[in-house]
Amino acid sequence: MRPFDYYRSDDPADAVKAASEKGTLFIAGGTNLLDLMKLDLMTPNRLIDINRIGLDEITPSDDGGLSIGTLVTNSDCAADMRIRQDYAVLSRAILAGASGQLRNKATTGGNLCQRTRCYYFYDPDMACNKRKPGSGCSAIGGANRIHAILGASDECIATYPGDMAVAMAALDAEVVIEGQGGDTRTVPVRDFHRLPGDQPDRDNILESGDLITHVTLPAPAKGRHIYRKVRDRASYAFALVSIAAVVEMDAGKIASASLAFGGLAHKPWHDPAIDDLLTGEAPSEALFDKAADILLADAKGQGQNDFKIPLTRRTLKAVLREATGERS
Amino acid sequence: MKDTTLRINGEERKLSADTRTTLLDALRNHLGLTGSKKGCDHGQCGACTVMVNGRRINSCLTLACMHDGDEITTVEGLGEPGNLSPLQAAFVKHDGFQCGYCTPGQICSATAMLEEIKDNWPSNVSGSLTGEAKLTPEEISERMSGNLCRCAAYPNIVDAIREAAEASS
Repeated sequence: MRPFDYYRSDDPADAVKAASEKGTLFIAGGTNLLDLMKLDLMTPNRLIDINRIGLDEITPSDDGGLSIGTLVTNSDCAADMRIRQDYAVLSRAILAGASGQLRNKATTGGNLCQRTRCYYFYDPDMACNKRKPGSGCSAIGGANRIHAILGASDECIATYPGDMAVAMAALDAEVVIEGQGGDTRTVPVRDFHRLPGDQPDRDNILESGDLITHVTLPAPAKGRHIYRKVRDRASYAFALVSIAAVVEMDAGKIASASLAFGGLAHKPWHDPAIDDLLTGEAPSEALFDKAADILLADAKGQGQNDFKIPLTRRTLKAVLREATGERS
Repeated sequence: MKDTTLRINGEERKLSADTRTTLLDALRNHLGLTGSKKGCDHGQCGACTVMVNGRRINSCLTLACMHDGDEITTVEGLGEPGNLSPLQAAFVKHDGFQCGYCTPGQICSATAMLEEIKDNWPSNVSGSLTGEAKLTPEEISERMSGNLCRCAAYPNIVDAIREAAEASS
């Protein structure tokens, strides 16, 4: 690990001020950052420890939703009774990820910033445009079983690996960010992560020195909350495909639907055309296939991950059957 | 260098170390507590599991200087020869190990996991998010999935945890 200066802040405004210098990063749980620093894949000159700045509570918001402080751990978020009762898809998604030890450290803001698990990103001897812009992409034509089938570019086919953000995308949560100018801005989770394009080194829209302060959930969405994660082993593995779904039924028809997908792209994938297609319709296999057609219209396999295309279709249909069927 | 004070197993310990020192390296290399083990050093195996302020974490993925004033519990703080904790005794009785390298992490993890069950935290395999947390073999396996055992003593580990939990309830 490269040497760095360490500064512990006790206040959000102080933390933002301390982060004005180039090469500075915030550290919260540190479970991803320290992993990457040990491999010299991330090399900050200075770490601002934000674990004691507050922002570690979940509070009701004015519009009937909840505001989750950026330092609320994944464990506390998943176990919060309001989240369990009213935002079950979020509890389910968090509990589907990582291990008990990691969830105890990982934070809400930090988890949003989790970096890809692309094998080549992690191997400094291999070309990777995300790690070293302009060096090339070893995953294209290489080992790419876990890689993107949607929204990839000629420069990067990495995926965003997390689960929590996929549920937050389905819930249409928002990220509250305090910037270097002291301004606060709000960005939908659906727009927080980027597609790689020709700048794959940028995972999300954060600018240098930006501090995520909260994630806000809108008023609870009625209906069934489902998080289905398909992976290589039953626990403690990243998603090959995951689906967060909130679907409300009324008199045999789908009254509302909100779906988001993990493991498929450089960001949690949300396509409003799918939600629109389903809304107002009676559930049927033909309808579910049409939803999959929309989702996968531009899907492109990279060789080893071709299986993800039919797997995504089958998983989507299974989730929609569960969301719209009789309760067992 | 950074000065840090930790409360480890009830005792105040002072540390002066490079900021890069992980909590695991501080325990093992600076403070002589070698019970916590270094397996992967990347948070994948769980051999380094300790409790910080009552919660289990991977001590390899956190910096010692981030824990100034925190309460750390390592396997040395749970029991000792002649005075084993119920979980330690149950691991011996059920042969919950072979080489023993992952065992301190397994025991720290299980100790904290049983508290999570008492606090009624749900898991990925819980049928209901709001019902009572139950200690089935499936729940134990899921909740302990952050602790790998290369010798695959898993069935005996599950039996040991189950017995220790039943004895304490």
